[in-house]
Amino acid sequence: MDGFHDLGGFQGFGRVPHTINSLDYKPVFKEDWEHLAYSLMFVGVDQLKKFSVDEVRHAVERIDVRQHVGTRYYERYVIATATLLVETGVLTQAELDAALGSHFKLANPPHSNGRPAPAGGARFEVGDRVVVRDEYVSGHIRAPGYVRGKEGVVLHRTTESWPFPDTIGHGDTCAVHQPTYHVEFRARDLWGDAADDGYVVADLFEGYLNRAPVRPADAPTGSHAAETTA
Amino acid sequence: MNATPSAHTTSTPGERAWALFRVMKEKSLIPDGYVEGLTQMMSEQFDPANGARVVARAWVDPAFRELLLKDGTAACAQFGYTGPQGEYIVALEDTPTLKNVIVCSLCSCTNWPVLGLPPEWYKGFEYRARLVREGRTVLRELGTNLPDDVVVKVWDTTAESRYLVLPMRPAGTDGMNEAQLQALVTKDVLIGVALPRLG
Repeated sequence: MDGFHDLGGFQGFGRVPHTINSLDYKPVFKEDWEHLAYSLMFVGVDQLKKFSVDEVRHAVERIDVRQHVGTRYYERYVIATATLLVETGVLTQAELDAALGSHFKLANPPHSNGRPAPAGGARFEVGDRVVVRDEYVSGHIRAPGYVRGKEGVVLHRTTESWPFPDTIGHGDTCAVHQPTYHVEFRARDLWGDAADDGYVVADLFEGYLNRAPVRPADAPTGSHAAETTA
Repeated sequence: MNATPSAHTTSTPGERAWALFRVMKEKSLIPDGYVEGLTQMMSEQFDPANGARVVARAWVDPAFRELLLKDGTAACAQFGYTGPQGEYIVALEDTPTLKNVIVCSLCSCTNWPVLGLPPEWYKGFEYRARLVREGRTVLRELGTNLPDDVVVKVWDTTAESRYLVLPMRPAGTDGMNEAQLQALVTKDVLIGVALPRLG
């Protein structure tokens, strides 16, 4: 989902409001309600088993953009949990409105039912060059927009597999399990000279990746290549 | 001009959170003690002091360092640091020419059991938008100036891997014991925006 949440590379923000080693991360919960954001979310996920953490992420992504911009972090998880509890029939909008004494604004409905993992994927090895599939997904996806269509190098393949987010993020528990890959990109391959020199590593599901096309510069320089150019 | 949602609502974030809590409580959806127990774990047990113990051990024990870099989950589990948002742990090794930094551009994913819950600035739009694209600039603004020959590598936490940075052990710490070394490893050192410093 090409939403506001997909912030990597978005320009126009000011300085990060922090100075290193400031201890203002304590206390962990600053206001008396903030602990409810995660704990009520986990009631839905672990106790009621009505939705996955992936669906919570997607519900946050579905918060109307103007509201999203104006909300604080923990607020968004309260809205997402309330939205999913209504969508799964556990609560009603009317019950929330009555408890609040005014309208409890929930996230927008999804624009997609999700998708299965793409078929025919390949397994990659450390050092392989891969390209992120150039595809547009209206539902949940865990590939940031800035890597779409970009080429990088595999640094790691996980030894575990997890449900494909584009499927489980829409409540479909039949999601295929896949490993993910730590794929390294040059920052300037992502944003040209309008980026600092350096690298970005994204942790990408197998289904988001294709093998990169071999370019002449990548051709082996071993004996075979030497013979043919001799 | 577009009306913002706040123009249509008079409730505060806290009022909405407690309203959701009350509705769930009235329907007996929340087990007794569940919220209290989870809150205690999130605010007290998940602490960057945990990550500091892991790093200090890696600095003094080469075999542990090797394990941490090969299988971070197993290494952290030796300390009991496992749990939600810390089930597949990968340690990122800084070198004289490489500085690793962690972000979650899409939301806030963090290695909770080892680093503690993410701080506000880490979850803020500024850090999420800017770090991947201008890592060196963001670090400098935060107070970490890196030499030109040090490459910045930003790790975007986009799936289930949960990271911690294993920084270089600073010079002048040869005589320090593990407890003294732990004190050099702050939350920001584990995220990667700061370097461990003496004094």
